Amino acid sequence: MTSFNALLNAASTLCPPTALRFKGVAFSHLGETLLGPCSFTLTGPGPTLVMGPNGAGKSILLRLAHGLLSPTQGQVSWSGEGRPRQAMVFQNPVLLRRSAVANLTHALAVNNTPRKARRKLALEALERFGLTARADTSARVLSGGEQQRLALARAWVLAPAVLFLDEPTSALDPAAIKAVETAVREFHQRGTRIVMTTHDLYQAKRLAGDVLFLAGGKIHEHTPAESFFSSPVSKEARAFIAGELVE
Amino acid sequence: MENNAFYVALSLLMNLDAALFQIVALSLQVSLLAVLAAALLGFPLGAAVALWRFPGRGGVIVALNALMGLPPVVAGLTVYLLLSRAGPLGEWGLLFTPTAMVIAQFVLVLPILAALSRQKVEELLGEYREQFISLGMSRSRMMPTLLWDARFTLLTVLLAGFGRASAEVGAVMMVGGNIDGVTRVMTTAIVLETSKGDLPLALGLGIVLLTLVMLINAGAYVVSELAKRRVG
Repeated sequence: MTSFNALLNAASTLCPPTALRFKGVAFSHLGETLLGPCSFTLTGPGPTLVMGPNGAGKSILLRLAHGLLSPTQGQVSWSGEGRPRQAMVFQNPVLLRRSAVANLTHALAVNNTPRKARRKLALEALERFGLTARADTSARVLSGGEQQRLALARAWVLAPAVLFLDEPTSALDPAAIKAVETAVREFHQRGTRIVMTTHDLYQAKRLAGDVLFLAGGKIHEHTPAESFFSSPVSKEARAFIAGELVE
Repeated sequence: MENNAFYVALSLLMNLDAALFQIVALSLQVSLLAVLAAALLGFPLGAAVALWRFPGRGGVIVALNALMGLPPVVAGLTVYLLLSRAGPLGEWGLLFTPTAMVIAQFVLVLPILAALSRQKVEELLGEYREQFISLGMSRSRMMPTLLWDARFTLLTVLLAGFGRASAEVGAVMMVGGNIDGVTRVMTTAIVLETSKGDLPLALGLGIVLLTLVMLINAGAYVVSELAKRRVG
């Protein structure tokens, strides 16, 4: 198992995850510009943590990148051919009114996995995320932490090249937060590009490879994690890290 | 004592009256078939209106909602005109058969099932939409998922449709003709006995009908509550 992980690590350093590029992307709704215009490229190994105060446009940025929203200006593009396989984990996981394992087999069915392979893959993912005992329990009666782990397991079976996470731990207790962070690292080791929003500085310090800092719908900086936390360039980021209120 | 409706109802049931049994069986058969057929078309139709945006969609929703209140006699008249000898489907010779009654009740129930399932599916879609788009699902792929996940609410919708079908008298009377032993159902028998002046028998039949509808609803309620508790 260790050698397998080591191989994966090697693989992820050899071929960096799919690159994402925003070129002059802006999003407005009812005449009000909520984000941008902003341009940046995610080419490094990541994980990329999108940080900023509430209403900064973090969720909109994620949704634009994932294609849940279409930019009103500019372009979102990916390296390689076509749109890479991607998945998203939401703040409040959206789970189907079926058993935990059926939630995973449904996602696999949507992705055209052959019927025979689905259940095995689903059970493997449930085991990885510590949900084997809950396989036949309805997803809707799982605890908050279990639901979020199931959402991660669903993303896992899809083997995405890119994983978006929108405040995935904001409603969870410390043990559940730890499980989510472990999962995020596993995705990262598998070579998945991680783009995650959080307003938790400590979480960002634990996970980030690079940080995109947003405030008021604008990107104020995009720097490697170490320099972001030790010597932020922008005044807004300095205030944010110092725990001041940022407009 | 013989004039007491409950006594009549009880004795009808106790004696396993053959004529009554036939009437009850035909009532259930016609209404259940009509509701089943209406569900097979109405649920996907409702889901489709919930999922797709097209010109005139608002008009379709208003029409479906309005048709929920379609008077049974109007549905009966329409089907009568279609199936009568001179009508476009006259050759089929279906008028005054149980099939004609199924068609008439189907017409009555279809808007109810379509309109209510449209509403329920749209609510569920509001909750699931982002996840569905994230999974890369097409609208036609969303439809079976939504219908399955709405199964408990749709069961209630189905019961509303069944209630409408089993309670109406105007449509089955017009296209069925209340022929003894062929197209007589509970409601038309009640109308007939009332006009003949046999009020205890009419009331007795009414009690049997109510009890049946009650039992079916209770069964469905228990099934859905048990399932809901398990699925959450």
